Amino acid sequence: MKRFELISAADVPAAAQARSVTVADAMRTKGGRPATDAVVLKAGGIDLLDLMKEGLLEPGRIVNLRDIPELARISEEPDGTLRIGSMVTLAQLAADPAVRARHAALADAAGRSASPQIRHVATIGGNLLQRPRCWYFRSLHHHCARKGGTTCFAFAGENQHHAIFGHDGCAIVHPSTAATALVAFNASVELFAAKRGTRVVALEKFFLGPSQDLSRENDLKSGEILTAVVLPPARPGMRSAHLRQGELESFDWPIADVAVVIEVEPNGVCRRASVVLGAAAPVPYRAKGAEAALVGKRISEDAARGAAVAAIAGAAPLGKNAYKVPVFEALVRRAILDTARTA
Amino acid sequence: MAREDPQLRKYPSGIDPAALGEVERNVPAGEAPPLAPNADLAWIGKSVARINGRAKVTGAARFTVDVKLPGMLHARLARSPYPHARLASLDLSMARLHPGVRAALPINETVGRAVETAAEGKPPSTRRVLYVGDIVAGVAAATPEAAQEALRLVRAEYEPLPFVTDLETARVDGAPQVFDGRVRGGGFTDGMAAAAGIAQRGNVRGPNTSGSRGDAIAGLAQADVVVEGEFRTQVQTHCCLETHAVVADWRADGLTVYMSTQYTAGVRSELAHAFGLPLSAVRVVVDAMGGGFGSKSGAGNYVRAAVALSREARAPVRLVLDRREEHLDSGNRPATVQRLRVGARRDGTLTAIALDTYGTAGVTLGAGVGNFAQSIYDCANFAIAQSDVFINAGPASAMRAPGNVQGAYALEQMIDELAEKLSMDPLALRDRIDPSAVRREERRAGAERFGWSRRRAPGFDSGPVKRGIGMAQSYWGANVHTNASCEVRILRDGSVELLSSVQDIGTGIGTVLAQVVAEELGLRPEEIAIRIGDTDFPAGPPSYGSLTTASITPPARNAAHRALRKLFDAVAPALDAAPESLVARAGRIATADNARSVSFREAAAHLRTESIGAVASRSDDYGGFGRKMGDMASAKSALGGVQFAQVAVDVETGIVRVERIVAAQDCGRPMNPRQIESQVHGGVLMGVSYALYEERILDRHTGHVLNADLEHYKIARSRETPEIEMVLLENYQGTSATDAYGIAEPSNIATAPAIANAVYNAIGVRVHRLPMTPSTILAALGRMPAGSALP
Ligand SMILES: Cc1cc2nc3c(=O)[nH]c(=O)nc-3n(C[C@H](O)[C@H](O)[C@H](O)COP(=O)(O)OP(=O)(O)OC[C@H]3O[C@@H](n4cnc5c(N)ncnc54)[C@H](O)[C@@H]3O)c2cc1C
Ligand code: SF4
Repeated sequence: MKRFELISAADVPAAAQARSVTVADAMRTKGGRPATDAVVLKAGGIDLLDLMKEGLLEPGRIVNLRDIPELARISEEPDGTLRIGSMVTLAQLAADPAVRARHAALADAAGRSASPQIRHVATIGGNLLQRPRCWYFRSLHHHCARKGGTTCFAFAGENQHHAIFGHDGCAIVHPSTAATALVAFNASVELFAAKRGTRVVALEKFFLGPSQDLSRENDLKSGEILTAVVLPPARPGMRSAHLRQGELESFDWPIADVAVVIEVEPNGVCRRASVVLGAAAPVPYRAKGAEAALVGKRISEDAARGAAVAAIAGAAPLGKNAYKVPVFEALVRRAILDTARTA
Repeated sequence: MAREDPQLRKYPSGIDPAALGEVERNVPAGEAPPLAPNADLAWIGKSVARINGRAKVTGAARFTVDVKLPGMLHARLARSPYPHARLASLDLSMARLHPGVRAALPINETVGRAVETAAEGKPPSTRRVLYVGDIVAGVAAATPEAAQEALRLVRAEYEPLPFVTDLETARVDGAPQVFDGRVRGGGFTDGMAAAAGIAQRGNVRGPNTSGSRGDAIAGLAQADVVVEGEFRTQVQTHCCLETHAVVADWRADGLTVYMSTQYTAGVRSELAHAFGLPLSAVRVVVDAMGGGFGSKSGAGNYVRAAVALSREARAPVRLVLDRREEHLDSGNRPATVQRLRVGARRDGTLTAIALDTYGTAGVTLGAGVGNFAQSIYDCANFAIAQSDVFINAGPASAMRAPGNVQGAYALEQMIDELAEKLSMDPLALRDRIDPSAVRREERRAGAERFGWSRRRAPGFDSGPVKRGIGMAQSYWGANVHTNASCEVRILRDGSVELLSSVQDIGTGIGTVLAQVVAEELGLRPEEIAIRIGDTDFPAGPPSYGSLTTASITPPARNAAHRALRKLFDAVAPALDAAPESLVARAGRIATADNARSVSFREAAAHLRTESIGAVASRSDDYGGFGRKMGDMASAKSALGGVQFAQVAVDVETGIVRVERIVAAQDCGRPMNPRQIESQVHGGVLMGVSYALYEERILDRHTGHVLNADLEHYKIARSRETPEIEMVLLENYQGTSATDAYGIAEPSNIATAPAIANAVYNAIGVRVHRLPMTPSTILAALGRMPAGSALP
C-alpha cells in the first residue's frame, strides 16, 4: 500500500473544507494507476481499505470522520422522524429500540449484513456509499466499463452474482443491504457541502443506475458529506419485514434480499405497499408490480404468491444467474407473509 | 544391546470389544513387548490434552510467519498476468535500483507442473508462462513495502498466446495447446507418481487403463440391474489459514530454512539436490503450523525462490504468499467428470464397475480418481479409463485423500441408486458387496447412533423444507513411511527427551509421542520433552498420506524401550536385581515383585554419562506390508470409515443445510481419541464445505481466478457447521509396536457423498455435480425459469 496522510476532521464543516473527492473519482486511473494526490473521506474504512489493499485506490490523504460525535447519533424529531447520523454503525442501528420497534425491516437488514466484526465498524453512511463487489470491478487486471474501460466482462463471463434487472451496460448489484430496507421506507439522505449547506435527496433518487451514469453508483458530489439518513415517521398500520438469503449464513453477501413495507387498514386491507429487491439490480429495485398487486387486498398466501410472481416479472437473467429468479420469488412471498409477525 | 533372534509373540487382535482375540506374530529383535488393549494402559488411548495447546491459545506458539531473524529481508514474487504467453523480455534493472532492494532474480525453472519432453528439431524456445500466477521473478528488500514497490518496477514483456481454461473446450481437437511437446510425467495420481508411456493428443493425456481387471462388458451383460450416471466435481483449493511461508537463511556454512511444511526431511533433500549442497549442509525447521492438506509437502517454487534470493542477497529472506497467491499457485484438488456404470445381480452381487473419467489438474497431471472404485468393493470385473486434460490454470497438488474424495462422491451415489433399484437398504447392499470387516462394524454402530431406521422414502416431506438422510463409505490405505526415525534420550537428572524431524502440522503428533514414551517409561506425558520439526534430529516421516502416527509412534516406543533397557542395566546393581527383572511403573523403577524400587530420577543418577539414548526407525509391519514402493508402504488391510448425514433442503431457494453427521471411523489402535475427534471434525467440515460451497472460479475469457480470496471463495463457517458425532472403533491387528494407523484423510472421503445421498433422500432427485449450490439444486429440481441457461 502507498503511504498516505491520515487526518481527523473535528466537525462537519471541517470535513467539508478538506477538498475531498468521491472515491469514484479518486479511482479513475492515470497511466494505469489511480491518482495518488486525491483526498478521500473515511468512515469505518471497511470498503476504503479493501480498495486500497487491492491497489484500486491510492489516495494521498484520508480524512477520518470518526471523531465527529454528532454524526454517530440517532435522534428523533417531534413528529417521529428518525435522523440516523451517517457514522452510526450497522450494529448500533440493528440494536436501536426505536428502529427495532417501528422499522423492523431496517433493523434486520442492518443486523444481518456482513459479519458481527464488520457491523461494529461499518457505518450506515459508508455502507450506502460503498463501491460494488463485482469481481471484475475489484480486479486490477480487468479494466471494465465502470472503471472507464470499454467492456463489461460480466455479460459474457462469470455473472452468477450479478443483476437480473436493470443491467444496462453494467450488471452490478447494489451492495448495500440496508439500502433495500431504507428505500422501502422512503428514506432520504442529507448531504452537506461547504458553500451550499445541506441538500436532502430521496434515497431512491440518490442512487444512479448505469443508464444514468456508468461510473458511479450515486449522486454524491465531490466535497459533500453525507451527514444523516432521514427515516419518515411510522404510519398507522405499518408493518415491515426483511429477508435475505446468502449461500452461507455466516459472513456472506446475499444472493437475494427483499424488504417489504405495507400499511394495512383496520379491516386488514392493504392500503400501501413497497416491495424492494436487493442484490437484484444496480440500484435497490422497486418491484412496482408486486406493490400494485398487494394494494386493496388482504395479506394472504394467495395475495403473497401473486405479488411474488409480479415481482419477478420482467427479470432478465444473464447466463449464470437465473437461479436468483426463483429465490427472489420465494423471498418476496415469505417476506410479505412475515409482515404479519411485526403487526 | 545383545542381538536377539526374532521371536513369536501374541498380540491383541480384532475389533474391541466385539471381536477381540489374539494373533501370533514373528517380530524382529529389539521390538518393545506387545501392548495391552487401550483399556489397560495408562496414557496411550487416553484423551491427553495437547502439549502445545496453551501456547497456541495464548499466542506463544511460533509459526513460520512469526520467525524474525536479524537482517531479514522481505521477498515478493512477480507473476504472470496472462494465462499463456511468451515471456519476450524481463528487465529487473529498475527493480534493483529501488531503495532497499537487495536482490532481484529471474525465475526460470519451475517444478510442480508436467514435464515436457523437448520437441525434436525445435530450437529451445523462450520461457512460456502457462497460467495466471506463474512465477517469473523474485525480489527481496529491506521492507515489505519496498519489495512490493519493486515488483511494480519489474519490466516483463509478454507476447500473449491463445489459451484455454475450460475443461470441455480443452478436450476438443484444435483447442489452444497448453504443452507443445509430449509430457513425460511429473505430478501425481491418487497420491502416486503418474504413469509413463500414456497416449497424448492435444491437451488430453490418456486414457490410462491400468488397474482394470476381468471383463466389464461381459459383467454388465450378466447384470440383472445396471445403473449409470455422470458426475462432475469442481476445483477445490487448500486455503491454508497460514499461507505458504518460508524464511531462508543461506550462509557460507550451510542453509537453514524455516518453513511451514508437512515434510521437513523431504524438503531438506529436495533443496540439497536443487542447490547442489550435501544433506549435511541443509537444515529445515518448523514449529507450529497453520494448516497443511497436501500442498505443503514439498519445497515448491516459492521456497526455491526464497533460497536463491537469500544466496544472492547474503541475508535471510522471508517469503509469505498472500491470500491471492495461495489460491492461484499453491495447488488444488483437480476437477473431474466421471461416467460410471455399475451392474449387479438381483441379490446385490456386483458383476461390473466401469469408470470412464477425465479431469484437469491445470498444467500438471493428477486428475485420476480410479483408486476408490478399483479397491472398495468385491467385483471381479472392473474397467477403468482415465485421462488428464491440460488447461491454463495453476497446477494441482495432493489434497486430503487425493482422488478418493472425488471417486467416492461418484461411486457412492451410484451404489445408493443401485440399492434403490434393487429395493435394498443401502446398508444391506453394502453388507453384501463390501469385504471389509471394519466397515461392517462401522455401518452397524454408526447406523445405531445415527438412527438410520428413521429413514423414509425419498421426497417424503410435504413443505418447502425437506429433510433427508444418507450414508456413504470411505476407502483409504493404512499407509506407512519406513524412512521414519527418532531418538529417545534419558538424561542424568531423570529428564527425558524425544527427538525427530517429524513435524506437528496441527494434528498433535507431539502429544501422541509424549504419551507413547511416557507409557513405556512409566512417566507422565508432560515429563517428556518433545523436540521435533528440525532436521538436525533423526529424520521423521512426512505428514501426508495419513501415515505420521503409523510411522513414527512404533519407533518412538521402541527407542524408549531400548533406552530404558540401558537405564535398567545402569541401575540393576543398586537394586540388587537382574536388569531383565526390572519394570518401569508410576515414576519408579522396581523389581518385578515390587520389593525394591527407586524413583526414575534416582535411577538416572546412576548413569555413567550425561545421557543415554537409542535411535529406532520404523520396522516393517509384523507379517509384512500389503505393498511397498521405496519408503512408502501400505498395511495389508486398508482403513474404513462410514458416514451418515442428515440434511434439510429448501426446494424454493435451493439452499441445502447439513444438520448432522455421524462419522464411524477406525485408525487401528486409537492413540488419543480427542485429537482423533479433532481430525474427524476437520475432515467432515472440509467435506461439507466441498459438497456445498467451495469452487475455484476461472474466467473463461481472461483466464483469471475471480474468487482468489475468502470472500467469494466460500468455505463453511460457524453457522454452516453441523452437529458432528464420532463413533470410533478400536481395531487391533498386531502389526507394529503401537498398532496405530491414520485418520486425517479417511475422515474426509465419505462426507460429500453421504450429503449427496441425503439430498436425494430429501428431494427425490439426484444431483450430479458439486458444489450443490442453490443454482445446482434449483436446476436439478427443474425450477429454473424457462429458457435460461444451465449453470
Ligand atoms: C466479507 C464482507 C461481507 C459483507 N457483507 C455485506 C452485506 O451483506 N451487506 C452489506 O450491506 N454490506 C456488506 N459488506 C460491506 C460493508 O458493510 C461495507 O464495506 C461497510 O458498510 C462500509 O462502511 P464503512 O463505514 O466502513 O465505509 P468506508 O469504507 O469508510 O467508506 C465507504 C465509502 O463511503 C465514503 N464515505 C463514508 N462515509 C461518508 C460520509 N459520511 N460522507 C461522504 N462519504 C462517505 C468513503 O469515502 C468511501 O468511499 C460486507 C463486507 C465484507 C468485507
Ligand atoms: S458488471 Fe459493471 S462493474 Fe462488473 S465488469 Fe461489468 S461494467 Fe464492470
